[in-house]
Amino acid sequence: MSIYTKTIAQLAQGLKDKEFSSVEITQHYLERIKKSDLNAFITLTDELAMKQAQTADDKIAAGTSNILTGIPYAHKDIFCTKGVKTSAGSKMLDNFISPYDATVSHQLNQADTVMLGKVNMDEFAMGSSNESSFYGAVKNPWDTNKIPGGSSGGSAAAVAGGLSCFATGTDTGGSIRQPASLCGITGLKPTYGRVSRYGMIAYASSLDQAGPMTKTAQDAAIVLNAMAGFDEKDSTSAEQDVPDYTANLNDSIKGLTIGLPKEFFSEGLDDDVASQVMNAIKEFEAMGAVVKEISLPNSAYAIPTYYIVAPCECSSNLSRLDGVRYGYRCENPKDLEDLYSRSRSEGFGSEVKRRIMIGAYALSAGYYDAYYLKAQKTRHLISEDFKKAFHDVDVIMGPVSPTTAFDLGSVKDPVSMYLADIYTLSANLAGLPAMSIPAGFSNKLPVGLQLIGNYWSESKLLNIAHQFQLQTDWHQQMPQED
Amino acid sequence: MSLSEQEVTQIAYLARLSLSETELKDNTKDLNAILGLAEQLGAIETDGIEPMAHPLHMTQRLRADVVTEEDHSELFQSIAPKIGNKHYLVPTVIE
Repeated sequence: MSIYTKTIAQLAQGLKDKEFSSVEITQHYLERIKKSDLNAFITLTDELAMKQAQTADDKIAAGTSNILTGIPYAHKDIFCTKGVKTSAGSKMLDNFISPYDATVSHQLNQADTVMLGKVNMDEFAMGSSNESSFYGAVKNPWDTNKIPGGSSGGSAAAVAGGLSCFATGTDTGGSIRQPASLCGITGLKPTYGRVSRYGMIAYASSLDQAGPMTKTAQDAAIVLNAMAGFDEKDSTSAEQDVPDYTANLNDSIKGLTIGLPKEFFSEGLDDDVASQVMNAIKEFEAMGAVVKEISLPNSAYAIPTYYIVAPCECSSNLSRLDGVRYGYRCENPKDLEDLYSRSRSEGFGSEVKRRIMIGAYALSAGYYDAYYLKAQKTRHLISEDFKKAFHDVDVIMGPVSPTTAFDLGSVKDPVSMYLADIYTLSANLAGLPAMSIPAGFSNKLPVGLQLIGNYWSESKLLNIAHQFQLQTDWHQQMPQED
Repeated sequence: MSLSEQEVTQIAYLARLSLSETELKDNTKDLNAILGLAEQLGAIETDGIEPMAHPLHMTQRLRADVVTEEDHSELFQSIAPKIGNKHYLVPTVIE
């Protein structure tokens, strides 16, 4: 069994048993990354990785290691990393060497992990296909003519393609779950406020949430243990105790009530994706779960609600990028106005400009009530639907994405691209935790099953996902290599 | 309701973006399509519904009014496009 096929739990055991060293694992991954043509990495931090691996080996030898000591990971290029380029997939930050660490970067350093490099993403996390990156699209390891999903496309491709044991991701409207689904890995978006947003380059602050992207639910629990927690540097961080997310993985799910929202199985969902998802639900029934049809009547409005709320927040957040203090500055600005306008126009790509303008318009005098305020009210209704549903069910399940991965370059107009987010947006609008787990294949491409839980129910979601993975082997499949 | 190219130029100005002629044409089409999507919200009855600004309805946490930040100005300015005498430099605004 090759090193790149192993989970965190298996690598940790091998390190403990002296089967291999962290230096060996790290070299193994670095060689695979250098040979790969997936375009998953923006920056390879090989020297740093080798140093961290050596330190990890010393700690293992000294008996002061933890389960993540010496485990290599790929860090989404949206997290600030001190002394290492942090681009957010944009020309605007192509020259940005972060002067500080994001809290998540700090936590993973404290856990003695090994950072292999920074991975590709849609520019400022705005996209569902990874095609909006300044560094070019990432390819799906299952079929290199297909998109890996986005915005955490580099993270998903790195894990699925055996270029990293695990990865970090962020999810504003599905950016962890959708690429996890399209690349056949496990991805968890925690409850809003569970993981610190400090040093995570902001897109839409009331929706952004970071989480783990891994091979298994057990690995996701291990990584979430390191990432979760209150952070006084993030004003929206929740002062909520962090349980041991691995503690309840083995609980029985007999009697679990699963809600299937009828709106998630309507028009637009690919037939084969629907049948793979239903097969997974049947698997749960065989394990003793009870299935119940539910309704989330306002979820149909998730797309227009999200595509007003998120652009409004992004137009405000991205106003800080003006060519003055850091990042890209245009050549020979003729005055201050020209400096702002040309730096931003040359530094941002087309999707980012589009969202900034939508936000600027929706927030402008005379239109605020009709767009932003209206969308915030609809957001409340979408959130109330979930509250009602969780009176009757323990978990909500459905598809992650209406189709499997589509061809690179095949979706050209923005609105068609937005429609692909239909099943993932509601969880962000409500702030709920949600996962994608591998649940089958359609035309040799992975299909993910979405699990949405009540607030702070990450342990329960991971338990449900782990029990499913004990009964199935979808999560163990990896793309064929030449 | 539909945005004209003139209105899109004004929006771009508000966002401190300048658009080429092709970009202006493309964006006018795309922004109108996106706002068309947003028009769907008009179908929902929201009278008396509170706007939701934060997913957990949390209030803003306050901290004691004491200095916690250290001076990192040198480090932070080391990545600036242009500095002088510890200031960020931009083109002259007032002669």
